[in-house]
Amino acid sequence: MSDIESRVKAIIVEQLGVDEADVKNEASFIDDLGADSLDTVELVMALEEEFGIEIPDEEAEKITTVQAAIDYAKAAQAKA
Amino acid sequence: MYQIDLTGEIALVTGASRGIGRAIAETLGKAGATVVGTATTEKGATAISEYLNAAGVTGQGLLLDVASSESVDGVIKAVNDQFGAITVLVNNAGITRDNLLMRMKDEEWDSILNTNLSSIYRTSKACLRGMMKAKKGRIISIASVVGATGNPGQANYAAAKAGMVGFSKSLAREIGSRNITVNVVAPGFIDTDMTRELSEEQRQILSSNIPLTRFGQATDIANAVLFLASSMGAYITGETLHVNGGMHMS
Repeated sequence: MSDIESRVKAIIVEQLGVDEADVKNEASFIDDLGADSLDTVELVMALEEEFGIEIPDEEAEKITTVQAAIDYAKAAQAKA
Repeated sequence: MYQIDLTGEIALVTGASRGIGRAIAETLGKAGATVVGTATTEKGATAISEYLNAAGVTGQGLLLDVASSESVDGVIKAVNDQFGAITVLVNNAGITRDNLLMRMKDEEWDSILNTNLSSIYRTSKACLRGMMKAKKGRIISIASVVGATGNPGQANYAAAKAGMVGFSKSLAREIGSRNITVNVVAPGFIDTDMTRELSEEQRQILSSNIPLTRFGQATDIANAVLFLASSMGAYITGETLHVNGGMHMS
């Protein structure tokens, strides 16, 4: 697991209060990890802070799965 | 003895240079909060700094135009950087542009909706991130009895003030799980510059409809805000607290 991937997963575990084992790449925050819409907003806030980035609302709406969060973080880091 | 203690809280009070806003800023400050009061002029902001200082309150006055998103975001960032995340937001800034609807100009309608209602959308949204991180917060908006009863010549003002109530109920539902409460305080007729524009005859007529037979003081409103901002108000959210001497009983 890449460093970014493990950092993203650690945030998801902390923000959503779920078991690490459940945070599979294909998992959807809302459908699989029991998040509500406000949780996903908070999750994006936490990602922004972890990676020192600003995620525009229209991008944030697309981050609905663990993989999408990892992809976004990796792309943002590559740009930085 | 019960003690209300806001030590450690960072309060932002809009429209704090005089009247109800000033009373709120002073009251929250005396209860221990750090207070940033805002005004639309440099002179007003300086006056706020001076009275906070004189009262021994930590905080200052800042220039803010609640009708501008840039201004709101800038001030909230400045408060964050200087004092910390805002945990108590008091949306008090407001104006009147009274006119009969048949004579009302678009500009009179738009400016009231923008300054009195859209403003609380801007300030609340800008403060939420910090409150969510802090896992606590109080958003208290100052509406008016007129929003509940209506008043001829104030269709714009009443619409904006009633809009605050619906806004606050919705937001209360959205963020209740994060320990953030959202409430409204609806003053009746309070002795301020805004009501001093009324004629003596109007004041007499109004007072005769108030069971407590007098206009309220700004501190009467400030005390209600203090209660909601404190731990004593922790289980109240989405509520409108009417402080009006009994002139309207909801």
